[in-house]
Amino acid sequence: MLQQVQGSDAAVFAEDLVKEFGDKRAVDGVSLQVPAGCIYGILGPNGAGKTTTIRMLLGIIDPSSGRRTLLGRSAPLDAAREVGYLPEERGLYPAMTAREAIAFMGALRGLPLKEGRRRAEQMLTDRGLSDWIKRPIRTLSKGMAQTVQLLGTLVHDPRLIVLDEPFSGLDAINQEKLEAQIRERAEAGATIIFSTHVIAHAERLCERIAIIAGGKVAFEGAVDEARGRLRPIVQLTTRADSGPWQSALPASARRLGKRWTFELPEGGPEPLLKALIDGGAGIETLSIERPGLHDAFVAIAGEAAARDMTLGGAPE
Amino acid sequence: MTLPRTLEAALVIGRRDFTATVASRTFLFFLLGPLFPILFGGLFGSIGANVAATVEQPTIMVVASAADYQRLKEARDRLAESFPKESTVKLVSDRAPATRWTGPGVPPPPPPPPPVDGVLTGGLAQPHLVGSLSDDGTVAHQLRLIIADARAGPTQRAQPLTIKTISKSSGNIASARALTAHAGQALLFLLTLLLAGMLLSQLIEEKSNKAIEVLAAAAPVDAIFIGKLFAMLCVSLLGILVWGSCAVGALLLISNGSLAGLPAPALGWPGFLLMALAYFCFGYLLIGGVFLGIGAQASTVREVQTLSMPITMSQLLVFALSSTAAANPNSPAGLAAAIFPLSSPYAMLARAAEDGRWWPHLLAIAWQVLWLTLILRVAAGVFRRSVLKSGPRRRWFGLGRPRTA
Repeated sequence: MLQQVQGSDAAVFAEDLVKEFGDKRAVDGVSLQVPAGCIYGILGPNGAGKTTTIRMLLGIIDPSSGRRTLLGRSAPLDAAREVGYLPEERGLYPAMTAREAIAFMGALRGLPLKEGRRRAEQMLTDRGLSDWIKRPIRTLSKGMAQTVQLLGTLVHDPRLIVLDEPFSGLDAINQEKLEAQIRERAEAGATIIFSTHVIAHAERLCERIAIIAGGKVAFEGAVDEARGRLRPIVQLTTRADSGPWQSALPASARRLGKRWTFELPEGGPEPLLKALIDGGAGIETLSIERPGLHDAFVAIAGEAAARDMTLGGAPE
Repeated sequence: MTLPRTLEAALVIGRRDFTATVASRTFLFFLLGPLFPILFGGLFGSIGANVAATVEQPTIMVVASAADYQRLKEARDRLAESFPKESTVKLVSDRAPATRWTGPGVPPPPPPPPPVDGVLTGGLAQPHLVGSLSDDGTVAHQLRLIIADARAGPTQRAQPLTIKTISKSSGNIASARALTAHAGQALLFLLTLLLAGMLLSQLIEEKSNKAIEVLAAAAPVDAIFIGKLFAMLCVSLLGILVWGSCAVGALLLISNGSLAGLPAPALGWPGFLLMALAYFCFGYLLIGGVFLGIGAQASTVREVQTLSMPITMSQLLVFALSSTAAANPNSPAGLAAAIFPLSSPYAMLARAAEDGRWWPHLLAIAWQVLWLTLILRVAAGVFRRSVLKSGPRRRWFGLGRPRTA
């Protein structure tokens, strides 16, 4: 997998990252590559090690072992000015105004404070939020504060944007807006990495994903590749109750009246269709569906991890 | 990250901390802080003086002839101005004043005699004092003088001493310098304690509102450490500037527009103030560095209180050491206080008030710079390891032990 994208070309490259806290190994040999310009999802249930992995990639904490590069630099903080980071636990100073908070986050990344203030006003005005400009953060709702922090993450036009659980705490409308913003930034050439425990977001946005469970990478690659690990699902309804056509169905096929559900056999749809027609099944309806990312996740990470993903919501 | 970028990040963080602190209500209390000890000192001082004047004045009952009592009383009144006002003995006679009852019915009983500390018997010929008197002999000494004066009579009394007050004498300068040394040390200690506490609260607030992760993702932890430490130093220097201006203004008012009358410290006022500023910076940075390192270990206010208590107690010990040595900076205790890095700024400030030589200060500053570098490096390391619970476990130190992120 790691040979597909050269480490030097990757926006983010990690090899065998390990992080131990005391006797606990929180991340156990994570390797991944994020090609420049792609939207990359890190999927995993709560406590899988997503946040710790992101913190190591960004240089917030040092790995116990392993190596990583960020935008080609082995010391991640050297690339800090080209990176925007939205942490899972949002951190803003309550007394700061929205404009100052955004400008301050830009200043931390090398954007002059004056320019930061100008851009902050522009960003807020563009989103119809000009009345927030001089409002202290403590007077904003959680969702509003999250928007301010996201703008602070983007104010210096970073090449690499890392968002840790960006959708948590947002309502459906704001989730949709955020998805649109992510796509917009990606179209402008930025590389975007986000972690989530909600598979639907990754399915809609990501080109590549890493599935992390129990501190290990269970899968790393393109979304289609993850789905491709499962056979397509066939839904078949016949007029005939039985007949020689049944021998064309796999042994694992499930029957409900005249409706059958099974994985598409190795030979593909054409031999199956021929056998059904020749065997007199009397096909009433037939559909072949590609499995979703959720099905792929279940197959890769297991039922227990998938259950946590769908139940997820609490911070990691 | 390169050094210029680290310093730039430290400046951004420091500027934020400085403006946030100066614009907060806390800073107003910080500025008003020195007023409280002055107000409380004045209030309790005047209450104490009144209490001392009314309670501590010893009362002696005189059992003697009316003539002897009268002579003793006159002598006491003549000498009263020579005794401390609040402890001048008060004489009462054992004879009740002769009053004739003119009202209707039975005369009321005489008022009870006042509580007395002693009884003087034997008249002027053979005076004998019995009583529960203080050990310092002040009362007995006063009575001897009163009895001698009463025997000699007013005509034999010596001419009163004429007094002309001058502002400077060798004894007066020495005591004024000792006072300056103690006051300087106390101020330095209180200020560093207050600031280190503020620094710690701010760090904890930042850890609890998670802003620390935003900072740590953008700047090296060293930049955060330096930014925070120096921001609070600038806050305190601003405070000192305000307090200093007020103090100079008040002194100018009190001394009718001239400070020349104040006894100068050994290094002179400019030299002393310069050294005070330098020692304040060193004292604060040393203690602030230690507090930040400690604060990084804690995640709640309760943990901070637990952790900072032993540090504060140690600081008190350090202050006690340097305060004891202030009177004699060349004593072994004085030299030890000057050499021990955490007490050195206090001890050397006292020396600046009492010793006019410059070279010990240059040596002390070099010594403190060395220790400051060392302590800041260690504290920044502990801070780096602990503030986000990062890095491998340090079994030898315990304090740097990380926990789950």
